[in-house]
Amino acid sequence: MSGVSLQNVTKSYGSLTVIPDLSLDIAEGEFVVFVGPSGCGKSTTLRMIAGLEKVSGGQIFIGGRDVTWERPKSRDIAMVFQSYALYPHMNVADNMSFALRLAGTPKSEINERVRRAADMLELTDYLHRKPRDLSGGQRQRVAMGRSIVRDAYCFLFDEPLSNLDAKLRASMRTELALLHKQLERTMVYVTHDQIEAMTMADRIVIMKDGVIQQVGTPKDVYNTPVNTFVATFIGSPSMTLLPGELSEQSGSMRIHGSGFELPIPDRLKSRAGASPTKAVTMGMRPEHFAAEARTEAFAPVNLEVKVAEYIGSSQFLAANLGGQDVTAAVEVGPEADLLGDGQYYFDTSRLYLFDRETGQAL
Amino acid sequence: MTVLTQSRKPRFAAETMTPYTFITPAILVILGGLLYPVFMAFYLSFYDWEIGRDLAKAPFMGVDNFVRMVQDPQVWEVLWVTLRFGFWTITIEMTLGVALALLLEKPIRGASFFRTIFILPLMVSPVVVGLIWRYLFDARIGWINYYLGAFFGIEPQVWLGDADLAFFAIVFTDIWQWTPFIFIIVIAGLQALPSEVVEASTIDGANWYQQVFLVKLPMIKSILVIALLMRLIDVFRGLEVMLIMTGGGPGRATELLSLHIYNRAFDTQQLGYASAISVLLILIVFAISTAILTMANPMKSKSDV
Repeated sequence: MSGVSLQNVTKSYGSLTVIPDLSLDIAEGEFVVFVGPSGCGKSTTLRMIAGLEKVSGGQIFIGGRDVTWERPKSRDIAMVFQSYALYPHMNVADNMSFALRLAGTPKSEINERVRRAADMLELTDYLHRKPRDLSGGQRQRVAMGRSIVRDAYCFLFDEPLSNLDAKLRASMRTELALLHKQLERTMVYVTHDQIEAMTMADRIVIMKDGVIQQVGTPKDVYNTPVNTFVATFIGSPSMTLLPGELSEQSGSMRIHGSGFELPIPDRLKSRAGASPTKAVTMGMRPEHFAAEARTEAFAPVNLEVKVAEYIGSSQFLAANLGGQDVTAAVEVGPEADLLGDGQYYFDTSRLYLFDRETGQAL
Repeated sequence: MTVLTQSRKPRFAAETMTPYTFITPAILVILGGLLYPVFMAFYLSFYDWEIGRDLAKAPFMGVDNFVRMVQDPQVWEVLWVTLRFGFWTITIEMTLGVALALLLEKPIRGASFFRTIFILPLMVSPVVVGLIWRYLFDARIGWINYYLGAFFGIEPQVWLGDADLAFFAIVFTDIWQWTPFIFIIVIAGLQALPSEVVEASTIDGANWYQQVFLVKLPMIKSILVIALLMRLIDVFRGLEVMLIMTGGGPGRATELLSLHIYNRAFDTQQLGYASAISVLLILIVFAISTAILTMANPMKSKSDV
């Protein structure tokens, strides 16, 4: 198959194993984002795809070709680094054309390709400037231009937006998504920022300790996280996890714990019923709290608000529910003051259940 | 910032003086140690003075010393020796130093051991270096003649007694002592290079040579310029090794400008004339330094990396 394929890839440094066994197929033209906390092996995986890091075992295919032992330059890849990694002594045009010049591409073609990439990235006016005379965002665009000019089969991004300020990061996200649409190239992107992952990815790969936890579309990983790690990693603010007990009373499944007793939604009923254990962890996303009941699924909960943060359209509440910390994001109207203690409502149809022992979703 | 300092008027004179008290020692050292000697060199170059004579009674010569210098074939001879010496030593030291640094840059097994070995010559005082190599090059008891004979069957050479061989000997000795200096500066520069840039060039398809000549060396250009500058100044400054190994001989084959000045000043007691030649030396070093700094100013490109 084409695209990028990792088959039973392992990586260890001496006795330290970073990637125990990783397999993943990335379709041609797909935008896949690796996400996870620092040290989870996502960058190492990307660097192995790039050939900057040798695999300890397994195989890597790019475009259907086994490149496991190929050098980076013969893998038909381009890479964008977090620090931009521009050549400081070359101007923008020379930075972008370096690979082509090394490959001996005819001058006219180089100029044409550089011009086209510069147009696409709005860098035409800066072609003769040195990187030190550019802003962070412009440098980042030059780094992308360097990849675009190469017209590689696969684009690799190693936290490319982490050095930018929040506003620029948001606009670069959009540009990157647009770029992917225009180029229709396979893109593998590494970040620790789940928002970047959610906004840009066709599919998200969530890693922890060198092991893939879940692979899925942003919708999948948000709505049906396979375990508590994915559940708390995806979504901002993170999901609150509370211990609870399952019980069945006159045919209706309920979960009760300290300070709450909530009905189990239909979508989870059969699986909750089949659960071997009654000791579960309940997950509540902050955004599924509300100030009033909107549907029948909304159940009242009493929150003791410790801190309310005004965000604009909503308020983040750091609250206490039966002696445990929960986070709620409650939508408010323009006139609302900071929210205080009282009865709030939780949308039980969006409730999550996990096996308390294993952390796996029910 | 400026508004703040302007609006707040100092209450005590002592307070405004505080910063100056801190920089006064440095200024005194520069004045006493650098500017005064340079000034005195200029001053003396207009007089005919020798040690023991009262400076106030030294006869004023006007520009006679300079006229004499320009017409003096000895001065031109030692200047030529100095330039040749500088060309060979610096060219070879830069090449070797950079090459060694590139070889030992990667953390291969034993790299730190070799690095320490390589910088040992730097730790030896120049006077001792002169003594060591004088004996190594000695025609009768020197190791060099012994091993050349033992392994290659080469006849014993009078290394320090032949003009060309003596010149070769001092060039060789200088390379032995100063290549480590280039090596250590360049390796520090190479290790400070951001690894992502080097990796980017790997992905761009650069082979080892292209990586070195198109990426690494251009990126440490300012470091190379500083190393070059310091070696150039050293060439015009250093005299201990030559003084001890050859005394400048045979003839004037190894007499560098600074050694010539030394001989004029202290052997022949022509301090005024020696000062005039010193002024020439200062002007040459100043001109070369300015030229190099204009072509490649290391201060300008510090935001590069």
